[in-house]
Amino acid sequence: MPKVTIDDISLEVPLGTTILQAARMIGQNVPPAMCYYSKLEGSGGKCRTCLVQVVAGSYKDPRPMPKLVASCRTTVMDGMEVRNTTSSEVQEARKGVTEFLLANHPLDCPVCDQAGECKLQDLSYEHGLSKSRYEFKRREFDRIDIGDKIQLHMNRCILCYRCTQVAEQLTPERVHGVLHRGEHSEISTMIEKAIDNDFSGNMIDVCPVGALTDKTFRFKSRVWFTKPVFAHRNCPGCEGKVTLWYQGSEVLRVTSRKDKWGEAESFICNSCRFDHKKTEDWVIEGPAKIDSHSVISQNHMKFELPVIQPLLTTENEQTA
Amino acid sequence: MARKLLLELADIPQIQNIDTYISHGGYRSLEKALKKMTPDEITEEVKKSGLRGRGGAGFSTGLKWSFLDKSTDKPRYLLCNADESEPGTFKDRYLMEKLPHLLIEGMILSSYALGSNTSYIYIRGEYMFVLRKLEKAIQEAYSKGFLGKNILNSGFDLDLYVHPGAGAYICGEETALIESLEGKRGNPRIKPPFPAVSGLWGCPTIVNNVESIAAVVPIINDGGDEYAKIGLGKSTGTKLISASGNIQKPGVYEIDMGITVEEFIYSDEYCGGMKDGLELKACVPGGSSVPILPRHLLFRESNGDSRRMTYESLSEGGFTSGSMLGSGGFIVYDEKQCIVRNTWNFARFYHHESCGQCSPCREGTGWMERILHNIENGRGTEDDIQLLWQVQKNIEGNTICPLGDAAAWPVAAAIRHFRHEFEYHVKYPERVFDADHTYQPEIQQTYSLTT
Amino acid sequence: MTNLQELSISTEAAENVRRIISQYPADKKKSALLPVLHIVQNETEGWLTINTMDNVAKLLEITPIEVYEVATFYSMYHIEPVGKHVIEVCQTGPCMICGSEKLVHYLEKKLGILVGQTTPDGMFTLKTVECLGACGYAPMFQIGETYYENLTEEKVDQILDSLLSATSSNI
Repeated sequence: MPKVTIDDISLEVPLGTTILQAARMIGQNVPPAMCYYSKLEGSGGKCRTCLVQVVAGSYKDPRPMPKLVASCRTTVMDGMEVRNTTSSEVQEARKGVTEFLLANHPLDCPVCDQAGECKLQDLSYEHGLSKSRYEFKRREFDRIDIGDKIQLHMNRCILCYRCTQVAEQLTPERVHGVLHRGEHSEISTMIEKAIDNDFSGNMIDVCPVGALTDKTFRFKSRVWFTKPVFAHRNCPGCEGKVTLWYQGSEVLRVTSRKDKWGEAESFICNSCRFDHKKTEDWVIEGPAKIDSHSVISQNHMKFELPVIQPLLTTENEQTA
Repeated sequence: MARKLLLELADIPQIQNIDTYISHGGYRSLEKALKKMTPDEITEEVKKSGLRGRGGAGFSTGLKWSFLDKSTDKPRYLLCNADESEPGTFKDRYLMEKLPHLLIEGMILSSYALGSNTSYIYIRGEYMFVLRKLEKAIQEAYSKGFLGKNILNSGFDLDLYVHPGAGAYICGEETALIESLEGKRGNPRIKPPFPAVSGLWGCPTIVNNVESIAAVVPIINDGGDEYAKIGLGKSTGTKLISASGNIQKPGVYEIDMGITVEEFIYSDEYCGGMKDGLELKACVPGGSSVPILPRHLLFRESNGDSRRMTYESLSEGGFTSGSMLGSGGFIVYDEKQCIVRNTWNFARFYHHESCGQCSPCREGTGWMERILHNIENGRGTEDDIQLLWQVQKNIEGNTICPLGDAAAWPVAAAIRHFRHEFEYHVKYPERVFDADHTYQPEIQQTYSLTT
Repeated sequence: MTNLQELSISTEAAENVRRIISQYPADKKKSALLPVLHIVQNETEGWLTINTMDNVAKLLEITPIEVYEVATFYSMYHIEPVGKHVIEVCQTGPCMICGSEKLVHYLEKKLGILVGQTTPDGMFTLKTVECLGACGYAPMFQIGETYYENLTEEKVDQILDSLLSATSSNI
């Protein structure tokens, strides 16, 4: 098994593992990923937030790589040495990339449903400047409804391509894509039409920002005022394992369960997501695990104890 | 008169006609190559010749060929990159218009060497008039038995097609070219895998520039060793230079690599000196992406030697005082030209041509253009120059493909060598252009003379 | 190819489309997309309607969005109506320092329109484009498949006049 060293921590990984996956296995100093999604084929490489420095390519060819590389798309070679948090060059580049991603991003977090679980918020908190140096007019698009359940707010999009990969890989026919080019690129159907299929809702879950949001949840509540609870049902369309987001006794939205890296554990169907919003539709497993750094955990008082427990031990608990 | 390996026949009337071409020795390499040489022997000759990719990167063509994965059962493809779009470059068009059969002959030799039985020439869509000429020439080659099944009874089959692009500089990047040939947006692929392993339709693929492929013809006719005798050091053979800008005789010239830059600009054989009795101010020697050089760095290397038209000499001094041979797009600026305006113009180009796939290029190219637009129009500040420097730095090296670098380098070089012009714009906005930015050459002239 | 009729293009163009599709492996029809769009655009008043693009999708057995993505990426495809003659003036560096800005101004004045606009009679659309690979013959513009190079005001007058008279004699 190839051995890789990331920021002085060494690990043996299966053949074909990428640097980012290896970093996730190590579990600390993991490069941020705005476009890579392990469950979507061909994802990654585009946002450039996960750039790392390879100071030694392998035992066989120990030369450093001439440029920073996208850790999500670079395969580990035996003896590779990587610098992430220990490289000032990487930190500088990441700061630059963050600034680029924010350059045209609207400062509308106060009215954005993604606020609180937005990857771009996290990124800018960790790597951004306190003040934008971009002084020009930001790109503007009209908000459009793609179907009655999903809203596309193109101004916020960072063009990660994940939603197009969901459409390509999970649904029978992709009807939306990336139109135009360069700075004018946009996610669109070209002619306004609904994206209507059993798995379209997953586009909301994979969107790292508030570009694709759940219309049925729109402006209902801030996410940190809702309480996530794991639940499942016997669903003919998907695995039926979800997170229910409660406010009081009301389920405001249903999403897939997110793992430690913010990715859906399994994709869920639109029936689970949009049509089953009553507690009696579900078998409740217990409070969802929320990262302690997340703003959502701030309102997670009642479940604070189970939160820090591994998932298995919470399985038999009931919701309040 | 310099020797010509590629353009020797260029001015013969009706040379686009296959019979004329054959009567001047055209296609004679096929008998030799297809019947007396193995594919590997051809690759070996190309390696010996020292030929380096003429599209701009300057990577060894023979070495590139040797990377082609021959271990699979999949078909192998040769693609000719005729997506010439680098500002300042028009040599491939000239070669294809003048000598379509030279390219076809080179394609046959190269396809044989690589084991490609279907090859494509990807030509930029704007060159549709060149595509028509190539298609006509290809038909002629089929009728002579140089293309199709069992070429000259050698047992080698080759179908050759021309595929038009549709207006996208980025498709000159080889993986974007492949995507485009597959009928997709010209988004460069993330490498690895490299095309030599997985390229067109997932098959092993080699992409070569028009001039590189044409150069295979003299290499096979005369031998790789003979070719390597021309030139200087690792810059072997001849090179087509597209000369443009404020010179007496713009056009395409075939030079022996190694002549001095001074000779190329001032000799009557080439550019014929500056136009209108003006002085030379600056030069972009290898296409818009490479660093611009002011006069004092253009003619001399850092040790005082004459700078020469070779890969090594033009890049001597690195980016501090050198540039690159690049695609050979040689743009000459006279003393009246405004470097800030030119830099803004190039920044606009890259902004327009960015595919938008990765964030530094998508967001950075537009940002640079806007800052430069402000400075050029008298709305810039000293801080803007600093910010511009940082934005280009944040793009460089951090993108999926080389377009990011290509956009950053001209901006960096302009600030490095012509910072005084940027500062002048910031300091005396009223002297540069009026507020609504109408074209005022006399003002530009006054400005240039006072700096 | 039953879908070819739906494109409503001339027999010659249809023949070209057939030939082009045959240049790619049978299961890689999508590769014919760029050249086919060129042919179809030439046949449909110089621009691509949604309907046309949908028919191309059917012909090449791909989804409509795949066609839209491509048609909006490449600058030579028009997805909105254009004039009979689209004048595309190269504005990049080498052309600029040899007078392309003056040329654009002259055209704007002569045609009475700004860059990006079409004359009221629908005859000319004026566009600026990036490097066309004619740097040594600047300034220049492209109309249709023809490059007009080393342009002067007199030459521009002649070119536009001959295009106008060719059109009127066709009527």
